[in-house]
Parts: sequence; structure tokens; C-alpha cells
Amino acid sequence: MKPKYSQFILSTPMHLFIILVAIIWVFPTVGLLITSFRPSSAVASTGWWTVLIHPFNFTQFTLENYQDVITKIGIGRAFINTLTITLPACILPIIIASFAAYAFAWMEFWGRRFFFMLFVGLLVVPLQMTLIPILRIFNKLGLSGSFLGIWLAHAGYGLPLVIYLMYNYISGLPSEIFESSTIDGATPFQIFKSIVLPLSVPAIASIAIFQFIWVWNDLLVALVYLGGTPDVAPLTVRISALVGSYGQNWELLTAAAFISMALPLIVFLSLQRYFVRGILAGSVKG
Amino acid sequence: MRTRWFTPWFYVIPALATLMFFLIYPSIHTLVISFFGPQSEKFVGLANYIYCFTNETMLTAFRNNLLWVALFVPMTVFLGLILAVILDRVRYESLVKSIIFMPMAISFVGAGVIWKFVYSYRPVGSEQIGILNAFLSYIGVQPIPWLIQRPWLNNICLIIVGIWIWTGFCLVILSASYKGIPRELLEAARVDGANEYRIFWKIILPLMKPTVAVVATTMLINVLKVFDIVYVMTNGGFATEVIANRMYKEMFIFRNYGRASAIAILLLLFIIPMIIINVQRFREQEAVR
Repeated sequence: MKPKYSQFILSTPMHLFIILVAIIWVFPTVGLLITSFRPSSAVASTGWWTVLIHPFNFTQFTLENYQDVITKIGIGRAFINTLTITLPACILPIIIASFAAYAFAWMEFWGRRFFFMLFVGLLVVPLQMTLIPILRIFNKLGLSGSFLGIWLAHAGYGLPLVIYLMYNYISGLPSEIFESSTIDGATPFQIFKSIVLPLSVPAIASIAIFQFIWVWNDLLVALVYLGGTPDVAPLTVRISALVGSYGQNWELLTAAAFISMALPLIVFLSLQRYFVRGILAGSVKG
Repeated sequence: MRTRWFTPWFYVIPALATLMFFLIYPSIHTLVISFFGPQSEKFVGLANYIYCFTNETMLTAFRNNLLWVALFVPMTVFLGLILAVILDRVRYESLVKSIIFMPMAISFVGAGVIWKFVYSYRPVGSEQIGILNAFLSYIGVQPIPWLIQRPWLNNICLIIVGIWIWTGFCLVILSASYKGIPRELLEAARVDGANEYRIFWKIILPLMKPTVAVVATTMLINVLKVFDIVYVMTNGGFATEVIANRMYKEMFIFRNYGRASAIAILLLLFIIPMIIINVQRFREQEAVR
């Protein structure tokens, strides 16, 4: 055994490295947060770190930026749009996928293997492959620029991964459950409703968080199918437009960005365990 | 489980129909219109593909995507691996892990704003409000226009944003895999006198190889499709164009659906090897079951 202090000296570079990495990871976000609470004149003239000289002097902070972005430049509206897009876009694919994953895992039917391989193969097909034809159909049906259109689109794009994850979970359930329930005379749907779904709650929870963060943060799908019209545009679309038009108004950009980050960060921090489980279960996404 | 022959189809048809409509049919359609003109009215043969490989901006985009592959993939995997191993030895592991993983919860748009502010540049003489240039001024160096200086610096600055976002993802997966290695194995090697460096290369890395491969392919797919970061931070200006952003521009700004489709097909061609790997891995996994 080495004496304690020499071990400490040996491990110091490791600790320093870890702390350095942690600082690099956290500093940019702290800068954003502080800037979003500073008055515009201060933001334009001095760096955000100067507030740390008198960290408890609260007169250097203001909520004005938040008021401005929410009421004047439509971030409040965009927040509601994002919420409107995200919730159904999470629930829809999970419902469709639960049914399919159950059949793939526990029923025998013609083409079962083939169709499942198809899903696995489609996991990584780039979205870009599908944008133009679907946009054309959406235009014809009047679905572009509508919430219904983007709900369906997110359901379609999320489906392969959600099915894959649900399948991995449901196929791992013990087969005795299905045998004994069948002998007891339960129909496949009864087994699905009263055994498979309740047992799958942990998997559904982690998949829901996964899909939630994915849809909430999506830019490309919203950009293509919703466009920039303020009454439907989500936060990501709105903020990327602001970067162009308010490029130097950092107090507004940072406040808007923080509003877009707040909810996923809360979800992430409080449900991190489920999120990690979702990632570990299927580390592939198209 | 025994069912009547048609029962399973009730369960899978909604999924199959959705998939048919949103992934399979459009992919085939995209392939077809990639051989047609801007509004798909006239057959143009390979003209769109020839454009992809001769147009200067397209070539820049290919070059930049290659640069992303060469820097982003090794850096995220390497950092994730190193951190997974060394964080296992410190008591504040979960805190640091959360910090590094946190950007995964933030949108790429949000991350773009965060880092654009970090890189923010003002001409010499005025007060720098971006932390990097403020630091340079403080030590008496001229400020650098990070996102404008082409061709390498600005691309590298964008790639750093990508690394900042994705390292946590790699870390979480690699760390779980590292914790699955039996501790006795490492202890035995230590007792036999192997140093930590040797243990890492000779024991840890070979055992984690399958997971490293999964993480690396996932990062590779991500990087080929990189879009949001570039769209928000530079929109491809100053020679930072990438394939996916180019496709978006052809589609929405130039309204050239033929070219946009050809770009999408090329993107798919780069990714097809990953699809095959995925299916094969799944088959192996099923065979074990």
C-alpha cells in the first residue's frame, strides 16, 4: 500500500483534468444564463463575467429581457407552439409502436422477421431522404404549416427507434406470462392491455423522455413542415430566425435560448435515470 | 403465442402504414426525382449528381463533412472513453457526468446561441464581450474572428460545439460498458504488476471494443447529417457549408428539388454501410437470444 499523500499527489493531475473539463462544459451555459438577466446596455459594453466581481449586487440584474422576448418578439407564443407539437408527437408513436412491438415479439405471422428487419434497417435512414415527397403530399392535403402534419411526421420519424426499444423490452418479458394467460383463456388484446402495457411502464417512461427531448429540440422537421409563420413556429425555428435578425442583441437571444432550454433541462435533471436508460437501450437513431 | 392468422396484422398495420408513408415511399420517390429537373418536370439523367461533384460549394461541403468525421468522431469517442475510465475513480463522478451529459438536453439551436456568444468577436480596440476574445485581449493578443476565419479555424470552432454536445452521450454509454468489466480482472493485472496505461490498452479497450464500435458508428451517422449547428451559427457562410445544410438550401432557397434529392441520396449512400452493420448486429443479438 502506498501512503495516502503520495496517492493524492499522483491523482492530482487526474482531478485537475476532470475539473478543467467540467469547467469547459459548464462555463458557456453559465455565461448564457447570466447574460439573459443583464440589462442591454451592460451586455453590450462589458463581459458577463464582470458581474462576478460583485455577485450579490442584484441591481445589475433585470427581468426585462424575459418580458421583452415573451411579449414583444413572440417567444411566449413559440413556447406554447413547441408544447403543442411535442406532447402528441410523443404519445402517438408510442401507442403505434407498443401494438407493433407486442406482435413482433410474441405472435407468429408471415413476414415477421422481414418486416422487423425493415424497421431495424430504417433506424438510420436520414430524414433528408423523405422531406421533399412528404412536403409535396402535405402541400396537396393542406397539412403543411399545421400541427396535425408535424405530429404525424414526428410519429413517422420516431417510430423505428420507438418500436426497436419497445421490442427489446417486451420480448424480454418472461414467456410463462403469455402461456398461462392463454391457457386461462385471455385474448391477445386482454394480455396486451392488462399485462404487457402495465409491465412496460418503465420502458415507456424512458422512451417518452427520449422522444420528448428529441421533438422539443428538433429544428429540421419543424423548419420544413411548419415554416416560419409565427402562429405555428416552435422555439427552435423562432430562435434561429432571431440569431439572424437580432444577432447582436445578446440579452434577447440569451433570454430566448434559456426559455427554450428550461423545460428539457428540468425534465432531464429530474428524470436523468430514465433518460440514460433509454439511451443505453438503443444507442442508434436515424 | 397462438393467434388467428389475421390478428397480428391488426397490431402491426398501423406501424407498417406509417412507415410506408413516411420512410419507404418517400425514399423511393426521392431517388426518382433526383434524376429530374428543379420541379421534376424534365428527365435530366445524372446531371444533378454531376453538379454535386463539380459545384464548388458542394465540394466544400464534402470537404467539411470529412473534416467533421475526422475530428468529431475520434474526439467524442476518445473523450468519452477517457472520462468513463477516470471518472470511475473519483467520488464526484455522478456530478461531473451530469454536467457533461447536460448539453444533450439542450437543443442544437440553444447550443448554437451559447457558443456563438462564446466566440463573439469585435474589432480591435473595442471591449470584447465573448469570453475567448476577452481572454486574448487580457493576455495582450489580438482578438480572433473565430467563426469567420476560414478555412480551418471556423470549421474547427463549429466542430467543438458538436463535441461539447455529444461527448456526454458517448460517456454515458461507455461508462456503463466500463462498469460491466469485472473488477477482479483489473485487480489481477495490477497485482501482476501491469501499469494503468497497459491495463487500459491491453484489457479495458479490447473488452469495450463492441461498445466503442456502436458509439463510433452512432457518432459517424450524426456527423454525416450535421445540420442545426451550422444552420444556426454560420448558415454555411465563410466556407463552413455541410451536406445537410446544402440540401436544405437547394430545397427551400433555390427550389431545386432535383439537386436537393440527389444530395439526399448521396447522404444515404454514405450511411448505407451503417444500416447493414445495424441489421447484422441485430441478427447476432437475436441468435444469442
